[in-house]
Amino acid sequence: MTKLNSKIPDGPLAEKWTKFKATTRLVNPANKKKLEIIVVGTGLAGASAASALGELGYNVKNFCYQDTPRRAHSVAAQGGINAAKNYKNDGDSVYRLFYDMVKGGDYRSREANVYRTAEVSNDVIDHYTALGVPFARDYGGNLDNRSFGGVQVSRTFYAKGQTGQQCLLGAYSSLNRQISKGKVTMYSRREMLELVIIDGKARGIITRNLVSGEIERHSAHAVVLATGGYGTIYYLSTLAVNSNPSAAWKAHKKGALFANPSFVQIHPTSIPQLNDYQAKLTLMSESLRNDGRIWVPKTKGDKRHPNEIPEEDRDYYLERRYPAFGNLVPRDVASRAAKERCDAGYGVSETGLAVNLDFRDAINKQGKKAIENKYGNLFEMYETITGTSPYEEPMRIYPAGHYTMGGLWVDYELMTTIPGLYAIGESNFSDHGANRLGASSLMQTSGDGYFILPYTIGNYLADDIRTPIIPTDTKEFDDAEKEVKDRLEKLISIKGKQTVTSFHRRLGKIMWNHAGMSRNEQGLKEALQMVKELKEEFWNDVMIPGELEELNQELEKAGRVADYFDVARLMITDALNRTESCGAHFREESQTEDGEAKRDDANFMYVAAWEYTGENKEYKLHKEALIYENIEVKVRSYK
Amino acid sequence: MKVKLKIWRQKNAVSKGKFVTYDFDGASPEMSFLEMLDALNTTLIQKGDNPVAFDSDCREGICGACGMYINGYPNGPVKGITTCHLSMRYFKDGQTIVVEPWRAKAFPVVKDLIVDRMAFDKIQTAGGFISTNVGSAPDAHAIPVNKSKADDAFDSSICIGCGTCVAACKNASAMLFVSAKVSQYALFPQGKIEAKERVKAMIQTMDELGFGNCTNTGACEAQCPKNISIINIARLNREYFSAKIN
Repeated sequence: MTKLNSKIPDGPLAEKWTKFKATTRLVNPANKKKLEIIVVGTGLAGASAASALGELGYNVKNFCYQDTPRRAHSVAAQGGINAAKNYKNDGDSVYRLFYDMVKGGDYRSREANVYRTAEVSNDVIDHYTALGVPFARDYGGNLDNRSFGGVQVSRTFYAKGQTGQQCLLGAYSSLNRQISKGKVTMYSRREMLELVIIDGKARGIITRNLVSGEIERHSAHAVVLATGGYGTIYYLSTLAVNSNPSAAWKAHKKGALFANPSFVQIHPTSIPQLNDYQAKLTLMSESLRNDGRIWVPKTKGDKRHPNEIPEEDRDYYLERRYPAFGNLVPRDVASRAAKERCDAGYGVSETGLAVNLDFRDAINKQGKKAIENKYGNLFEMYETITGTSPYEEPMRIYPAGHYTMGGLWVDYELMTTIPGLYAIGESNFSDHGANRLGASSLMQTSGDGYFILPYTIGNYLADDIRTPIIPTDTKEFDDAEKEVKDRLEKLISIKGKQTVTSFHRRLGKIMWNHAGMSRNEQGLKEALQMVKELKEEFWNDVMIPGELEELNQELEKAGRVADYFDVARLMITDALNRTESCGAHFREESQTEDGEAKRDDANFMYVAAWEYTGENKEYKLHKEALIYENIEVKVRSYK
Repeated sequence: MKVKLKIWRQKNAVSKGKFVTYDFDGASPEMSFLEMLDALNTTLIQKGDNPVAFDSDCREGICGACGMYINGYPNGPVKGITTCHLSMRYFKDGQTIVVEPWRAKAFPVVKDLIVDRMAFDKIQTAGGFISTNVGSAPDAHAIPVNKSKADDAFDSSICIGCGTCVAACKNASAMLFVSAKVSQYALFPQGKIEAKERVKAMIQTMDELGFGNCTNTGACEAQCPKNISIINIARLNREYFSAKIN
């Protein structure tokens, strides 16, 4: 049995990280040159980790499936990145950022990790600024901040509505610097298809060259996964169409425990689905809720144009239900409230699955120019997609799958339950509990890569300074490669009738309806059965054209969808186990009289870490108790 | 909605490509252009044919993965958008649509509509960064930056590296791409320290990789999906000459 040891340092919360850094083992510069590290993924986590490790002197091999590392999906993050700088003098501090995150996550995250992320947040902003990231500034030349949901201070740094792009390009530039120095070797258009374990330690990966189809072996002293989340399980989501959790999933099947898989964030403000062929949903940043007011008509089926509906006939339901936070309630609360109104028949648009996000009052008060300065590119994007202008009429928005709080279980050092295998950024479960607050993702993922992993990985590699380069002509590599090849062979030889995408759409629908914003026992059990049947159908009837040894996008997709059936099973298993509601996980059986989520701290104040025991075998649950010594556990209220 | 698609098909980098015509009646005005190609691919797969390979990822105009020539224009007939944001409502029922990959010596075709844009990475690797190590940054407010300069830097930094500028240019020049990056750093005090080495190294690499020269036709600016201004090229020239003179 795997024992969960979170390895949290002793001592007061505010001193744990300092103490860890002061006492952890180091690898001297001469030895770092002899050690190799694999980093999979080039988003904010991967690119920052690869460059920071390269700067330290390690030899890094960095992988991404895109044609260039600059396209990793961090690029699409819009609204901003949090830090506890308190530049606004509005009472912010490391503790308050920590407090907001733990509360926002509905008391299901690990205190010590969250505090550390809050602690390094200021370093992250300093570093990006030094790298030339063009954050918004005021006329005095200082950095500007804005507010995000779930907090009462302005701590979000931003670059219009494309903060993720700007941070990623900053991280990409530091990555390029290490590539130019020969410390990082970049492998683009490669997909990790297996993890190689030697003597119980992660020592390499098997990749497929997506251009030639060649199966390749890569070894290293340690492996870091920075591979993002599993939000595309819903097929339609705000993620890139190729985003996938397969790398993390292979690690899970090889022994890495997977934590809190049912914690999935459904983002409240995405452009609603417009047609049946749609491949993805486009996010409209949460920052819009700073100035936009969300409403639906007070009367069911009110078909008047939104501009013609007078004030008294509008229901600003978030302001009504949550007067203290209004339109800036956390994402999970905002999403459920939208669903509640639409399910009750008050939704707008032809489908009734949309609510208004209205800028009329903000434009009247601040002027069009001010609004354009803040959200210009988002308004443009909205108009490009829908053909209507948010300057003239309200946006229509609806929730969409967005971010996964769950992920590979990691200890304080960000190591999974497989020695030498690390998971950083969205691919771990770490800091966001049952719900992530806006602008916390860029903060956490950059903190992991730049400021945390480079310290913690030394503690592990200190034991490896005498280990020579890991050879790839060993039985372990042979076996892993054979596994990969057999699986690909099996997939391509099915030669059925249905496309990969048709299966993905069907899986997405099952998960959206039964394991989306609202879950109940019966629905989850039905979903489990449906997923099982769909998986069987897939393995009998999927059609993958083309060859193995060529660029074959259908084959790539098939491998990911095949994994998604298993991810779905685990997500549902976790959602069934957790009979409480907390954060984004809403079990209909556990709610207050006015429909708010009802936690069950007595029975569920733990991280659910799941152990894979084999194909179709019962999952094994490991619990990591969550202990709150520095924060009073309360009912989360935004009223 | 029915369309006649003439699409460039090429099995791999070494094989010879050709246009193949598809009469496709599964399009609709609500689809994006790429969703229309997805739908075409579904019918091809169901017939046992190979689908048309093309790059795309975020499908919201920010990752820069997609990009193809559509009826003689990079990213199609609508200005200021990426291919993934092009809607089928801009096409007529029965229209013929010609679809080609980017054509440039420095961007060889990989398969069908996919090209290799690694050359852009190589230019960035040559100097597209500020040399600062993790842990050595001063407090962010220790480097105040004039707001208008910061705004200009932002306008330069929003380049998505899609390659439209190269594809649009009759000389296949990468000047707009390079100038956007050089400008961003040249406008920041922290970028000035290495400005001379940076611009020289990036230009040299650009030339070595086989991109053509800039003859100021402005096609790059006109077609750029992010409306990157040609002013950046003027700034690049200024930076380059001053680096060369001093």
